[in-house]
Amino acid sequence: MRFAVIVFPGSNCDVDMYHAAKDELGEEAEYVWHDETSLDGFDAVLLPGGFSFGDYLRTGAIARFSPIMNEIVKAAEAGKPVLGVCNGFQVLLEAGLLPGAMRRNESLKFICRPVNLTVKNNETIFTSLYKQDEVIQIPIAHGEGNYYCDDETLAVLKDNKQIVFTYEGTNPNGSIENIAGIINKQGNVLGMMPHPERAVDPLLGGADGLKLFKSIVKQWRESHAVKA
Amino acid sequence: MYKVKVYVTLRESVLDPQGTAVKKSLQSMSYDAVADVRIGKYMELTIDKTDRDVEEVVKEMCERLLSNPVIEDYRYEIEESVVL
Repeated sequence: MRFAVIVFPGSNCDVDMYHAAKDELGEEAEYVWHDETSLDGFDAVLLPGGFSFGDYLRTGAIARFSPIMNEIVKAAEAGKPVLGVCNGFQVLLEAGLLPGAMRRNESLKFICRPVNLTVKNNETIFTSLYKQDEVIQIPIAHGEGNYYCDDETLAVLKDNKQIVFTYEGTNPNGSIENIAGIINKQGNVLGMMPHPERAVDPLLGGADGLKLFKSIVKQWRESHAVKA
Repeated sequence: MYKVKVYVTLRESVLDPQGTAVKKSLQSMSYDAVADVRIGKYMELTIDKTDRDVEEVVKEMCERLLSNPVIEDYRYEIEESVVL
């Protein structure tokens, strides 16, 4: 399986994403610069965390108009897995690939620490290896992860089981309904504030994020298996 | 040439943590009359005259990039400036 790791000016978790795909999964991975205009040959797209374009104007607002975004929209429409973490999530929101928007953390502080998450939906291509309602520990690192959407959108998210991860215990940023990660209606675009790529090896302090990446590969292998 | 002033603010229905912090600070300074503070962004654009209606262009820019309609409102003032 071949992963594209998108790199914007100001991305800073791209190496971790690459490491997760290449070294931990043992799959192919390549960095793709934001002004590239093709994602041909890639099976999945990873949008890393960081501060694309210095977070100028709004987080993700400028990155969303990078040339590569047209290709990411096409990949999403084609049903390929697209994972946006932290700033990657913010970019997906700005691009309209996921509903809602981000506000500053309620505390106005940048928060960097491990948090507990509940897997609210394990019937997605990103979470199939977790148990339903499993509590996992994944680090967060953001100043703007206070997810917001209107009541109507929230009802739709709930009805379609689009809320994939919620914060367990204390909500670190004030997000509505303790939302930490949501998926699109089609089930192939996931955005989340916590960093699974920073939790892929016990050496890093935990490996609870690895199953997310393994789930993507598992689903891909199953759908691409040659039937004898 | 047009001088355009764009104001972007969080929607009324959206909590503004920065505004709340500033309000509390002002109140603690004994400005008890401060009932609310909303923090927004102010932008100045200089736009050349083109065939397109300037107001239409400004609106479009506000909706596509300068504000996020999910959480923000915008307003603008357009002045035509005379180039000497």
